[in-house]
Amino acid sequence: MPTLQTINVSKSYGKFKALDKVSIEVEKQSVFGLLGPNGAGKTTLIRIINMISVMDEGRVLLDGQAIKQSDIHNIGYLPEERGLYKKMKVGEQAIYLAQLKGLSKAEAKKRLKYWFEKFEIDSWWNKKVEELSKGMQQKIQFIATVLHQPKLLIFDEPFSGFDPINVNLLKDEILQLRNNGATIIFSTHNMASVEELCDHIALIDNSKTILSGEINEIKNRFKAHIFEVVYHRKTELSLPAAHFEVLNTKNKNNTFISQIRLLNGNKPNDLLKQIIPTAEVHSFKEMLPSMNEIFIQQVNNKEGRS
Amino acid sequence: MNKIILILKREYLTRVKKKSFIIMTILGPILMAALMILPAFLADWSDATEKRIAVLDETGWFLEKFKDQDNIKFYHVFEGLESEKEVALYKKGDLLLYIPLPELNVPVNAQLFSTKQPGLSVTAYIKSVMRQEVENRKLLASGIDPELIKASKAKINLSTIKVDEAGIETKSNTEVEVGLAIFAGIMIYFFIFMFGVQVLKGVMEEKSSRIVEVIISSVKPFQLMMGKIIGIAMVGLTQFLLWIVLTGIFLLIFMLGFMGDSGSALEMMGQQNQLMQQAGEGGIDKFMLVAEVLNSTNFTVMIFSFIFYFLGGYLLYSSLFAAIGGAVDQDADTQQFMMPVSIPLIFSVAMSGVIINQPDSALSVWLSMIPFTSPVTMMMRIPFGVPVWQLWLSMALLILGFITTTWIAGKIYKTGILMYGKKVGYQEIWKWIRG
Repeated sequence: MPTLQTINVSKSYGKFKALDKVSIEVEKQSVFGLLGPNGAGKTTLIRIINMISVMDEGRVLLDGQAIKQSDIHNIGYLPEERGLYKKMKVGEQAIYLAQLKGLSKAEAKKRLKYWFEKFEIDSWWNKKVEELSKGMQQKIQFIATVLHQPKLLIFDEPFSGFDPINVNLLKDEILQLRNNGATIIFSTHNMASVEELCDHIALIDNSKTILSGEINEIKNRFKAHIFEVVYHRKTELSLPAAHFEVLNTKNKNNTFISQIRLLNGNKPNDLLKQIIPTAEVHSFKEMLPSMNEIFIQQVNNKEGRS
Repeated sequence: MNKIILILKREYLTRVKKKSFIIMTILGPILMAALMILPAFLADWSDATEKRIAVLDETGWFLEKFKDQDNIKFYHVFEGLESEKEVALYKKGDLLLYIPLPELNVPVNAQLFSTKQPGLSVTAYIKSVMRQEVENRKLLASGIDPELIKASKAKINLSTIKVDEAGIETKSNTEVEVGLAIFAGIMIYFFIFMFGVQVLKGVMEEKSSRIVEVIISSVKPFQLMMGKIIGIAMVGLTQFLLWIVLTGIFLLIFMLGFMGDSGSALEMMGQQNQLMQQAGEGGIDKFMLVAEVLNSTNFTVMIFSFIFYFLGGYLLYSSLFAAIGGAVDQDADTQQFMMPVSIPLIFSVAMSGVIINQPDSALSVWLSMIPFTSPVTMMMRIPFGVPVWQLWLSMALLILGFITTTWIAGKIYKTGILMYGKKVGYQEIWKWIRG
């Protein structure tokens, strides 16, 4: 049973349709990428899951049950538009946010101590938030999001405002949280991190889901039958143009790196058969499209059609 | 419910711990106590040093007319102005009163030279003596005996007596009540505005610092709004109660501290009495009257109604202010909404003259019923006595009023706090209320 399920969720603001029958399924203990261009409806969907906004139609199920107000303690949400009280002290504020999520003061303090030590930020405890840099504030917000150990975590652009070192630190934390049993929804425009972290994705555009599934499966679905071959030969191979299209070739001391597209239903082995007799093959691999390419292609396609 | 208390606690504690709150809470009562005590004290103090005044009277009308007072001694000089300035003013350090010969049909002009500020009591005394003398001379010149005028003067003492339904009579005096009414009305206006604006600022802070979405993923927007409103109301009540208590304490400290050499606080009261006596005929009467009227005003009713109307009016206005704070994105945009919302409050203060003149007129009664104007208006009417049914009706309407505004404000707030970078107008807000 998926941890979270939305079934035909629709939402309109006046005449503007923000979500149109959007269904997603988030498997337990997985990282789910919620993708889409700006204004596609991602934030609206996330707000509906968090019960900040109310949907017009559809259902949201958490562990198979219709979601209810008390489930809020089982969700941790890091919104894209996020901030802290500037005049409040870091520790005081973290405790306050944890208490709002239902933790007792003592428990919040204990857990915060663990996280502050882990991130090596103990010395910030009595500082006012306005004294911290933006990246530092983001760390506090991250801790506040995960502190109550929710089973569902929703991160909206979690890496904005972080330097590369801290991005890596955060990625590790997110994967660790998943390994410890949490289910994670992850919304971002950074496709590289999607490939790195996500197990499943859904692509929302113009208030509809236009693509969803397991990430490798999607990549396979959109593969262009292109293979990269590295081979050693005195001169470049010439292949029958009716069956193989050489997209580009680099030559380095008689080591050739070629991208070749298979045409007319030829199989990879057919290509190998062409090469092996006269050349020494060093590597042979299929070029799958990046999520970035799929994203751009899908969104542009959609807009081209409408 | 638990979460409202958490929010309320944070709102309350962060404000109460602020320096500005502590300063206001201590400074307010000091000023209040000072206002009550210092005038009497200062009057006493400044009169203690003896002033000598040289009178250079070119008209000769005022010879021996200036009588020595407690702290003011007069003597006449007859040299020219410049040489007397030299002697009396600079050498002796006295004051110099110069009365030149008046030109025809021109009011008498006099000049008082002094190296220091001469003080009100001195100038007042000189003026009154001179006026008396000039008037007498004018009367005599037209053949009227000034004594006759004096004898024909009548003094009217009208005391109003309030009779309640049970037939119990209490002496009342409108002047004191007017003072009380204005004080109560202005105070409630001031309190509603001061703490209402704090709600507005608080909401805007949460919106502009972008913490609001983090919070409402844990609590409902309405809980956040109510927690803030109630928390700040409690700050207001704390301040109000501390002011009352501290004013009392400071009053006592002032009395004991400043009047240390002359003994107890009781003696100070005695001195104040004496001062009243010196103030003129009937001084003691007046003092007693104030005390009596203050006694006749039911302070329990006053304080209870003040707290009720502060809370009611505050809840009404602050919920609207919270809605404004939620709807706007920038400080500059608040103005267009603040104006129409605060107009009824300002209007009720502007009408204070009319209300106090006729506290029972139809206009006053209506204004004290409409929830938007009733807090200020009713507080102004109460010192004059308000029928019980009117008071209850007005309170009930106010409760109904703030429940309605809170409900409407909740809807605007809920939608507005998540809107960024969009300038909203009334049409947009109307949509939120209906939606």
